[in-house]
Amino acid sequence: MPVTNLVSFTIPRVEVMDPAGTVDAALMPDLTPEQIRELYATMVTTRKLDDRMLKLQRQGRIGTFARVLGQEAAHIGATYALAKEDWLVPAFRETGSFLLRGIPPEKLLQYWGGDERGHDFPAGSRMLPISVPVGTHMLHAVGIGWAMKHNKERAVVLTIFGDGATSEGDFHEAMNFAAVFQAPVIFLCQNNQWAISVPYERQTAAATVAQKAVAYGMPGIQVDGNDIFAVYRVTKEAVERARNGEGPTLIEAHTYRMSDHTTSDDARRYRTAEELAFWQERDPLERLARYMRAAGMLDETAEAAVAAEAEAKVAGWVEAFEAKPPSEPEEIFRHVFAEPTPALVAQQEELLSSLNAADEGR
Amino acid sequence: MANLNLVEAVREALRQEMEHDPKVIVLGEDVGRNGGVFRVTEGLFQQFGPDRVVDTPLAESGIVGMAIGMAIAGYRPVAEIQFSGFVYPAYDQLVSHASRMRNRSRGGYTVPMVVRMPYGGGIRALEHHSESMEAVFVHVPGLKVVIPSDPYDAKGLLTAAIRDPDPVIFCEPDRIYRAVRMEVPEESYTLPLGEAKVVREGFDLTLISWGAHVRTAKQAADHLAEEGVYDVEVIDVRTLSPFDINTVAASVVKTGRAVVVQEAPRTGGFASEIATQLMERAILQLEAPVGRVTGFDTIPPLGRLEDYYHPDVRGVMRQIRATMEF
Repeated sequence: MPVTNLVSFTIPRVEVMDPAGTVDAALMPDLTPEQIRELYATMVTTRKLDDRMLKLQRQGRIGTFARVLGQEAAHIGATYALAKEDWLVPAFRETGSFLLRGIPPEKLLQYWGGDERGHDFPAGSRMLPISVPVGTHMLHAVGIGWAMKHNKERAVVLTIFGDGATSEGDFHEAMNFAAVFQAPVIFLCQNNQWAISVPYERQTAAATVAQKAVAYGMPGIQVDGNDIFAVYRVTKEAVERARNGEGPTLIEAHTYRMSDHTTSDDARRYRTAEELAFWQERDPLERLARYMRAAGMLDETAEAAVAAEAEAKVAGWVEAFEAKPPSEPEEIFRHVFAEPTPALVAQQEELLSSLNAADEGR
Repeated sequence: MANLNLVEAVREALRQEMEHDPKVIVLGEDVGRNGGVFRVTEGLFQQFGPDRVVDTPLAESGIVGMAIGMAIAGYRPVAEIQFSGFVYPAYDQLVSHASRMRNRSRGGYTVPMVVRMPYGGGIRALEHHSESMEAVFVHVPGLKVVIPSDPYDAKGLLTAAIRDPDPVIFCEPDRIYRAVRMEVPEESYTLPLGEAKVVREGFDLTLISWGAHVRTAKQAADHLAEEGVYDVEVIDVRTLSPFDINTVAASVVKTGRAVVVQEAPRTGGFASEIATQLMERAILQLEAPVGRVTGFDTIPPLGRLEDYYHPDVRGVMRQIRATMEF
């Protein structure tokens, strides 16, 4: 009765650009200088927007939100690998993806500012709204992917989530369903190593998130999540596989949340300044800038121009957000069902007449 | 006309909607090759193939979560949960996403999905196969809840549910899956969601129920009529959400008395909601408190004790007499 080894596996880790900005030419993805400049500008704009949102939050002009500082390469690099007809099913830490998917950024401010009309995306944007419950939205990506395949569309679906989400049951159901149905889905885990205060080691005993793919019968790959070329390259390959009917992929973008979890959190309570400093040296934006400087694509003038343009854009979005007329109370009732039920009509009337009575001092 | 039981009526609605709209997809555990554990989907796999009658892995949250994505992408999935007692892993998807995707996206993305499930007791089944937990769905804004009581309604209501632009929970009382046959039109038809039905007219008291116990209620009313004591009006609620209070209140204004029969546990059940709404709408016409005949606030017992738990004809007659003599 011999013992045989049925399955053995290795998990590749892909790095294209080191922290000094030096790239491995053999692995460098096929990106034009214009595309690289676009990626850089998107990262700069995302960071400026994130910074500005923090100030707005501190001033009480928007509510609690989840910052993206340090994770720009991971979600921007992955989103950039999508075509217009592809779908994006986000979690809540993907500000740069909004910019790339053509969602007017003032809508993002509006949403985090407590106004649900911010989720009224332009028709055909094929990006789902922010999903706050952790790890439950990946199943929607699988259903959409199933539909694309059934419909014989060549569109694929990218869904993004964090390392904490991989502990949720729905993550495993989504991975399993996607593999069984060979749905064209790319699972991108932004492993930023902290689920609020719980570190990666307390989230899973597995050495990598990527290896969880093995159990479901799909490829699992880790990338340096602060290396935008690596993230783009690996995602692009997964997108092409999915588009060609070769099924789903799990990508673990190994990155770091340089900010607090949200504006309501204080990460100093649970992690060290040394750890933060280590990752600040590996800042994804600075890494790309180093590459571009060495490649002659970015000098001080260009850097200042990109920054100024990003500042101006952000200022415009803040202005557009703050110019939005206030929401009407009826908005609460507007989208419960396609047609309001008699009970909803009556309850809306109840609210409006109580407001009128209050106006008249009754 | 075709002479159908409830299983066959549900199957006919599914078949005709699948023929009518290529976007209608049936998915769930064992719904394909096996035709479902109650044989509701029998023959659909052979007629429509594995891409439209989809056997899924065994994971309820996965089934409903995937169906939400299919619906967002333009399909009309009809998901089967094998027994309502196993729906709870999917409750998060229903509460957190299906019911609110329209609201979250301000109407941009919608979930025209039906989740069908055999429900209720009376079939001497295993633990978790006999619950009546409709109230946990009625309490969720953005979900509709439909419970048919006979084959004619089952076909028309399911067809309407599949065509509805919003998510519908469709509870099928398994106790009466094969209990009655009736003439059902062969062609497709819809019955509006949100309309109760007066199934027996009367003047002394309004007896309100849904699902399997509409039959219990009618039998109780018939007995009392045969005895020549009371003339009871019976209303089948049919859709608990949206709830047709107008039909129920109009009847109670006429009769002045009401009894609600529900199989579910008493506390926090839908009977309580009906009693409250009747108090709001008909307090001056009510001659007695609204009576309730319900399950107990206990775990539904296994088969040996099951008959002690469920509302029965004698218990309903007893409550009617009590309410009449109040």
